[in-house]
Amino acid sequence: MSNKNHHDKIERSVGLLAILTIVAISFGTLVLITPLFFMDETTQPVDGMKPYTALQLEGRDIYIREGCVGCHSQMVRPFRAEVERYGHYSVAGESVWDHPFLWGSKRTGPDLARVGERYSDAWHHAHLMDPRSVVPQSNMPGYPWLDKNVLDGKHTARKMEVLRSYGVPYSDEDIAGAAAAVQGKTEVQALIAYLQSLGTHLK
Amino acid sequence: MSSFWSAWIIVLTLPVLIGCAILLTWNLKNYVGVPEDQTTGHEVDGISEINNPLPRWWTYMFILTLVWSVFYLAAYPGLGNFKGFLGWSSSNQGIKSLEESRLAVAKAVEEGRNVELDREIVRANEVYGPVFQQFAKRDVLDLAYDDDAIKIGQRLFLQNCAVCHGSDARGQHGFPNLTDNDWLYGGTPDKIKETLLHGRKAAMPGWFDALGEQGIKEMTAYVLSLSGRTVNDREAEAGKAKFALCAACHGADGKGSLAHNLPFGAPNLTDNIWLYGGSAGAVTETLTKGRNGVMPAFKQTLGEDKVHILTAYVYRLAHPEQSAAAQ
Repeated sequence: MSNKNHHDKIERSVGLLAILTIVAISFGTLVLITPLFFMDETTQPVDGMKPYTALQLEGRDIYIREGCVGCHSQMVRPFRAEVERYGHYSVAGESVWDHPFLWGSKRTGPDLARVGERYSDAWHHAHLMDPRSVVPQSNMPGYPWLDKNVLDGKHTARKMEVLRSYGVPYSDEDIAGAAAAVQGKTEVQALIAYLQSLGTHLK
Repeated sequence: MSSFWSAWIIVLTLPVLIGCAILLTWNLKNYVGVPEDQTTGHEVDGISEINNPLPRWWTYMFILTLVWSVFYLAAYPGLGNFKGFLGWSSSNQGIKSLEESRLAVAKAVEEGRNVELDREIVRANEVYGPVFQQFAKRDVLDLAYDDDAIKIGQRLFLQNCAVCHGSDARGQHGFPNLTDNDWLYGGTPDKIKETLLHGRKAAMPGWFDALGEQGIKEMTAYVLSLSGRTVNDREAEAGKAKFALCAACHGADGKGSLAHNLPFGAPNLTDNIWLYGGSAGAVTETLTKGRNGVMPAFKQTLGEDKVHILTAYVYRLAHPEQSAAAQ
């Protein structure tokens, strides 16, 4: 084998180098990611899971808009310290209908994967308006405008249709009633509805 | 994982490792045809390319990573469904419900598999389990005056309860003060434990539709008069006439559901202790919109043994001194 020529050829042809590089790194994707699209563990929901209601879905979008994911993870890791504090570790089946998932990677605040039903709605309201009113040492910002902004539900049904095309099992009635279900609610009500739903399927 | 995807992973992973080894060996050869440190003959703008191969020690580290990968894939789960000869895993996989999770833990123990999280929990239970079991056997009234139990109770309280009731347990707007021995659902150890385990949901409806603006004003006057406040007597009289609406939960005398052995958690209106504020404005708001206080359940989060200690702590908050009867 005339090594010299082969190596030379790859080094001198950028196109060939690019193609071979893509082939080389695609092995990682093929092995680590591709099977996950076809495994029951990662594509089937946990028992009794329900898709987000229209209000919860709007709340989720507010969670995304306000950047909550920047400081709060939604992923209880399988360590005793975390399981004691938050509850059962997160499993893939809880996120199959999340597009995109909000696992996050930074915990300035606590993990929220199982915050649902942990505090009362009134507590969440007080906390979102002014976190220090209930947790004096908190460094979370307040979100008082969420109490003033009212949802119009204009895009709620459309969002649910798009999610349905990704495989979230919304029924026609769900979509038809979506706008009415959120109209007139404040953003903070939607966000609290979303937070109260988190992690409750494995609780 | 199905056997197809398992095979897929194995078939792609092992050849890549072999391919890396071949590529590495190939690159260790001197294939430019001139000795090390000599120019290859290429020269551009007075800069000549010298045969300068990777340092040997560095390429040997690359070989070490290959050796490590073979050991790793043999010992740990990595190659599809092959579990590795150590039988180690971080947690039980493929859980679809809490019940499945419990069964998976039991099965892993039975098969003697090395599940890191389960072992961590077992180790912790060996250390802390007996402590909690000791306390679980003792009566709440006894634990409430046991320094060790109270220390643990305080930790549990600060971590789980203080966000609503405050670190001094004196509550705040909408979240009850636990130190005043004034109870909505009962202050006996049994009732406190019931509240902690299963939570409480209060349901005070809004009365605006039924009473109207004037009616709310009159009822506010009457409610304030119950705790001895000076109010407009005529309004209070008018409010009293409609108090039957309230009596179903608060009792005809307004002394609250607890005084009448009812489970509604409707507060005593005669004692001037206010959960949502006792100003005319606050009472008007309560009457207009209603209140829905929620105490979350802690049975899942903490478990019965910890709730037992927490019960003692909460009891102690309201009874700082041990009564003669309990001694």
